[in-house]
Amino acid sequence: MSEAQAPETETETEAADTTQRRSAFGRLIRDPQAVITATILVVIVLLGLLAPLLAQHDPNESALSAVNADPGTPGYLLGGDQSGRDIFARLLYSINTSVLSGLIGTSVAVAVGLTFGLIGGYFGGRTRFATEWLFNLIMTFPGLLLLIVLLPVTGGDFRATMLIFGVLLAPGVYRIVRNLTVGARNELYVDAARVSGLSSPRILRRQVMPTVRGPVIISAAFLTGSAIGVQSGLAFLGLGSTEVPSFGAMIADGFRNYYVDPLQFVWPAAFLGVLTSALVLFGNSLRDALAGARPKAQKIAAPSVQAGSPASRGEAGEALVQIEGLSLSYPTPSGGVKEVLSGVSLAIRPGETLGLVGESGSGKSQTAFSVLGLLPPDAVITSGSIRLEGRELLGLRERELIQVRGRAIAYVPQEPMSNLDPSFTIGAQLVEGIRATSGLPRAAAGKRALELLDHVGIPDPKRVFSSYPHQISGGMAQRVLIAGAVASRPRLLIADEPTTALDVTIQAEILDLLRDLQAEMGMAILMVTHNFGVVADICDRIAVMQQGRIVETGEVEAVFRDPQHPYTRMLLDSILDESHVRTDSPVLVAPGAEGPR
Amino acid sequence: MLQYILRRLATALVLALLVTFFTFWLLSSSFDGVAANILGPAATSEAIEALQVQLGLDRSVVVQYFDWLGGVLTGDFGNSYFTSEPVAQAVGSRLGVTLSLVLVALAISVVISVALGVLAASRAGAVDRLSQAVSLTGHLFPNLLIAIVLVVVFAVNLGWFPATGYTPLAENPGRWALAITLPVIVLVINGIANMAAQVRGTMIGELQKDYVRTLRSRGVATRSIVYRHALRNAASPALVVMSLEFLSMFGGALIIENVFALPGFGSFAFNSALRGDVPVILGITLFSVLLVVSINLLTDLINGWLNPKARLF
Repeated sequence: MSEAQAPETETETEAADTTQRRSAFGRLIRDPQAVITATILVVIVLLGLLAPLLAQHDPNESALSAVNADPGTPGYLLGGDQSGRDIFARLLYSINTSVLSGLIGTSVAVAVGLTFGLIGGYFGGRTRFATEWLFNLIMTFPGLLLLIVLLPVTGGDFRATMLIFGVLLAPGVYRIVRNLTVGARNELYVDAARVSGLSSPRILRRQVMPTVRGPVIISAAFLTGSAIGVQSGLAFLGLGSTEVPSFGAMIADGFRNYYVDPLQFVWPAAFLGVLTSALVLFGNSLRDALAGARPKAQKIAAPSVQAGSPASRGEAGEALVQIEGLSLSYPTPSGGVKEVLSGVSLAIRPGETLGLVGESGSGKSQTAFSVLGLLPPDAVITSGSIRLEGRELLGLRERELIQVRGRAIAYVPQEPMSNLDPSFTIGAQLVEGIRATSGLPRAAAGKRALELLDHVGIPDPKRVFSSYPHQISGGMAQRVLIAGAVASRPRLLIADEPTTALDVTIQAEILDLLRDLQAEMGMAILMVTHNFGVVADICDRIAVMQQGRIVETGEVEAVFRDPQHPYTRMLLDSILDESHVRTDSPVLVAPGAEGPR
Repeated sequence: MLQYILRRLATALVLALLVTFFTFWLLSSSFDGVAANILGPAATSEAIEALQVQLGLDRSVVVQYFDWLGGVLTGDFGNSYFTSEPVAQAVGSRLGVTLSLVLVALAISVVISVALGVLAASRAGAVDRLSQAVSLTGHLFPNLLIAIVLVVVFAVNLGWFPATGYTPLAENPGRWALAITLPVIVLVINGIANMAAQVRGTMIGELQKDYVRTLRSRGVATRSIVYRHALRNAASPALVVMSLEFLSMFGGALIIENVFALPGFGSFAFNSALRGDVPVILGITLFSVLLVVSINLLTDLINGWLNPKARLF
């Protein structure tokens, strides 16, 4: 993933983990919804625990005088039901039944589902086969029916019933955990952890658990609610002992007595409703706090530009793309604004290769994505101008930008695999791009795609055309992406660290390919890189960025021979220490430089 | 592929045998009461014993089970102890009610959930907040509460719908629709709450992936990115949620059928289990096992087809 979108990845360290947890609690107590619902839950639980003190009657004690007594009758705060029992006392004792049901059901479900989900998801083969089998078996049991069938075994005791119901809920947790674990297991970072020799329990705890934790907590909150719901449902049906007061039984009684006194039905219904909804709302807050910022929906749209910003000063000159005074900001979580580009000016001439160099967070990718109009939706361009052959790009709508993208300006990403849609064949993805930019009919576009694949040096274009992304190698995938980018002979190709994710031997081949394609098509290349080896290899000119500003521009040879800016000098000096060209991390952290963005 | 399906079917068969035997074994502890139940409280112990012998309940559990299994293999699922109705027919006649509810509710929930989830993820802003509020609201109250409040408000107080009872679709479509409206609403509220949030979450995740940016860089229309690419990748997790929802609706129909007094599969199962109608319980168990297994197999097959990387075969 490139720096444009991931301000905080790969910080899975102990320290980061603890601070995250601490601030999660901080977020929770600052969330009014969490505080209110937690208070309600605590009050309800306390009412239940204090029932023997608060209620004047035993929940099952019936008195003839209290039959359908009105609320406020002395000793009967909320009146009596049709059997002459104290409604207030029954409500308080019902809380205990519900709370206990929720706790038993959820703990069993999470304990069973999580354990087996992690095991089944992480270990493939026979282990997963066994867990799948087990949970299919559990799920196959017709849930509520089983509870009913087992009535002779459980004796109708709601605690035993909830124990079984917890096991029946477990497949839900198991499936979530298993799917996430399988997904995480296939992720590159877990692969990396495994290869580097971490033990399985450690990988499960450190790499897999963080992805699993959030969804399990969400489902636990909801499971508690559904355990309480099912318990009241069963009690409503009349299952279990009549000696145990519960909301379900009270609702059933009240419903039967509805025409005599509707309130007898309203009390338990209201209590049950408040209890389950407080639980769900609290779970929701908990999820927000634990998972950090909840994934926010983001509209696919052109970057927002603040009014009156394009500062076009005319004179297009010879430049293909002219960037002038470009400033770009992001809102910060604390409500402020962080400027990531400050007055960037840059010209890209037709047919040249311009290297845009700087360490991570210097703003080079942000500059590149600004030209493409592909910034994250919260980015705001505060001032400046980007002109393509004299035409202002800033302020164009997404629909207009689509006409520019792919045709005039194309893009080659850094990480080849994640930039291909895993569900579509290579061919289908290429054809779609070609048709979008050229309007060719499907068959012709297919033919063109095959030619392109051949052209970028893929030995067996037909096979790759009908392959899915996971069936080809990373180097091959990068060639595919280059083929897709040059499909409509763009005038500018923006390559964002196109070799960083590749093997050293393949890096040179990809650079050669780009050079050949450039010679053939006469396109300009904006090469975003932190690697001076790449710059020396392919670039004509170089622009050096530091902290959102261009600090030096010039011919590559001139800059290498005689760097003017101290920062450039420092970057150049540092590569002398490098034993090889490939580096994934910033070459050197300059004084005062901050992290990404 | 064919081998995979055959293997899964063989597994299903073993599963069905295990589950039915387990159920039978658990039930056997309550066999003593069955005959007494049938004859009523006035029966003498001699009469009860005689009936037990007649029903074969005095034999060992294994013998009885294989006796039942032998019948099943020849298509004879036995007769209800209480109504003498053949089990296959009895189960079949109740399925119509429950399937009416569940399929109608599932179809409505899926359409609304996908629309809501996709719109929320791709439009953001107010649509997104609305969808989150909708799924949260649906989770707040248990089915029982929603069902009973709907009955009280719309059937008892307003009289818009029949409070109880069922009319088959073939008999009178209008009354059928009226009879299932309230129960379907309960199931749909639950269904949307479960599925819309999942669809939204998965769609948001997909739309933030790198391939979306690359597709945008090639001039591909936003419409195609959302509805062709992201939705396709979100389909497989959504399908799993949907299959689970189907099964949970099928099970959850029990309480709803009871509130609305619908003669469905759930209330039939409930009443049979309470009475200890052994052949019916076994028939119901067998049917449920086969239902779950086929839904799972179907889900996995469609998922394999949708997502080349998740292909299990």
